[in-house]
Amino acid sequence: MRIAVLSGKGGAGKTLLCVNLAVVAKKSTYIDCDVEEPNGHLFFKPPITKEKEISIKIPEVDKEICNGCRKCVEFCNYNALAYAKDKVIVFDEICHSCGGCMILCPEKAISERDKVIGKIKVGSFEEVMVLTGILNTGEVSGIPIINELLLENRPDKNRTIFIDCPPGSSCSVMESIKDADYCILVAEPTLFGVHNLNMVYELVKLFNKPFGAVLNKCLDVENPAEEFCAENDIKILGRIPFDKELGILNSNAKIAVRESKEYAKQFSSLLDIIFMEARNEAATNT
Amino acid sequence: MKQLLILSGKGGTGKTTIASAFIKLLNAKAYADCDVDAPNLHLVAGPGKEPTKTDYYGIPKAEINSEVCIACGECKQRCRFDAIIANDLYKVDYYACEGCGVCQIVCPFDAITLKPAVAGELMLYTDKDRVFSTAELKMGSGNSGLLVSEVKKQMKDASDNIDIALIDGSPGIGCPVIASLSGVDMVLIVAEPSISGIHDMKRIIQTAAKFGTRIAVCINKYDTNLENTERIEKFCMDQGLSFVGKIPFDSDAVKAVNNGQSIVDIDCRSGRAVKEIYTKTIKILLN
Amino acid sequence: MRVAMPVDKKNMDSSICVSFGRTPYYLIYDTNTKKSEFIDNSAATSPGGAGIKAAQILVDKKADIVITPRCGENAANVLISADIKIFKSNGSSIKGNIDAYVSGKLNLLDEIHPGFHRHENGF
Repeated sequence: MRIAVLSGKGGAGKTLLCVNLAVVAKKSTYIDCDVEEPNGHLFFKPPITKEKEISIKIPEVDKEICNGCRKCVEFCNYNALAYAKDKVIVFDEICHSCGGCMILCPEKAISERDKVIGKIKVGSFEEVMVLTGILNTGEVSGIPIINELLLENRPDKNRTIFIDCPPGSSCSVMESIKDADYCILVAEPTLFGVHNLNMVYELVKLFNKPFGAVLNKCLDVENPAEEFCAENDIKILGRIPFDKELGILNSNAKIAVRESKEYAKQFSSLLDIIFMEARNEAATNT
Repeated sequence: MKQLLILSGKGGTGKTTIASAFIKLLNAKAYADCDVDAPNLHLVAGPGKEPTKTDYYGIPKAEINSEVCIACGECKQRCRFDAIIANDLYKVDYYACEGCGVCQIVCPFDAITLKPAVAGELMLYTDKDRVFSTAELKMGSGNSGLLVSEVKKQMKDASDNIDIALIDGSPGIGCPVIASLSGVDMVLIVAEPSISGIHDMKRIIQTAAKFGTRIAVCINKYDTNLENTERIEKFCMDQGLSFVGKIPFDSDAVKAVNNGQSIVDIDCRSGRAVKEIYTKTIKILLN
Repeated sequence: MRVAMPVDKKNMDSSICVSFGRTPYYLIYDTNTKKSEFIDNSAATSPGGAGIKAAQILVDKKADIVITPRCGENAANVLISADIKIFKSNGSSIKGNIDAYVSGKLNLLDEIHPGFHRHENGF
């Protein structure tokens, strides 16, 4: 079972939820797809057993063969190529690695070289397999890394896979949820939270993914996220109350369910509900 | 016109909450929301009226003419973004397509064209003497640096004789943040006293420093972790960055926000704290 | 010398534009013939790589000098590869800057800011 955890807004509690659910689930895999700002590893601090560099293909122009026709410069929709003083200049960081210039060059002067854009680290914490993707700063897109992270693990009947998604509803988020069996939308009880919850709600509907919501940092005040779920018939899987203790543990990158039996119980019950709901949805969808 | 930008690195630290307070305190005549992935400022500082809307075009998207297509599969083979779906008919996956144009050049029958695609919407609210510029990216879109630049430009073009403009930035350190940094006079960084927050705060400071703008740092919800708060203050001192104050966690702030108000519209602890931060920040900006 | 400047409007009273890559127009002024040419900047609407495309336009227009308030590193890379010198503008008047350049009063632009996609080493 692959469960993706997403939220429109940053800071809603995706990582808090993902990390703690993965630990109480015991035999599980935690995948950090927020490759621009991965945070899960700060909690697990997993000893790394495997590291893999991820690279993309960047064009290289052979000056001897190039005749200055500039077809490549004109073709590139990203403006990643320029031509000055009889030389083609390639801007690695703008290049989307589409391979078009290489295909197009009438003299076959363009070849490709590998450029490292980030890496994947594999480690473990107790029985949890921890996969972290990290995009190097300045790179255009984390999608090749997310792709690799999801390929790195195959669905395994004995392991639940928790996917910690990037915030928002951009193409990186879409990539992260594409193979998920079930999605959990995390919302905080503010007007901002609801506005952004709506974005991911639209996203999971577009992708036809079964989903439910977890309301985090709930206070004893009117909760617009609760209202939103009611209006849209969204199943609320659980509510995590605002809790100063929990906040402090989280801010110190401590795994709550390992620090207290109370939290372990709380997240275990939540996990049971999630499994039940996810299996129901899977049954009704086949 | 001097521009003050509010950034954070990590999401959820309170940029927009603080931005709306500043707008109120400044009685700002020009402000912008550059968090185009998830704009929120209009919820607490919107001027009510209907805005002027403009379509924003991002990268084009490929389209296959099924009448000409003979399903040879050449496009699918060459597409590096897995954006060609091959069923009975060949179709382009709109969200996966990155507008590179390779399919167009490899198709032996010229069955593919790149069409302009609306990637978002710009909105401009003008109300008597106030200007509020914002935008929203459509779901699934990539790089939003250009849209951010458009939001700022829209605000500037509509502003006349304005002293200070306030810009609510986006989280992260990528393209949209860099676009928002371009040309501003000062950056106020809102930090969160958590390990993740400090980690991300350092990255955003590093990014902002490259632009040579004045940088000030404040801490929101500081009492959720006093140890980390101290770490941040010490870091600022060591790096020679102006530390302009800290705001306590305040459930009244949530109430204000949910009512569409700023924290200085009601009497609360966070409101009082932000007033001090405001005074110190503006002093640095106008120095 | 052919001097290029990013400008807000297509006339000599225009102010110099604060952005190099996304300026609406460029002025190409020939200090020898004293002739002016205004061109549209087709790079302004590019979702990405605007500075690069803009710089390419000026290279192809055979500019020798660029006077601008700011310039990103990618655009600078293209200009420098073409042996074009980049000067920092002083004030926003076109005439003021041309005069300053001719009398040798302008400085080279040395604060090239990073592109929108930049490699950084960890902090």
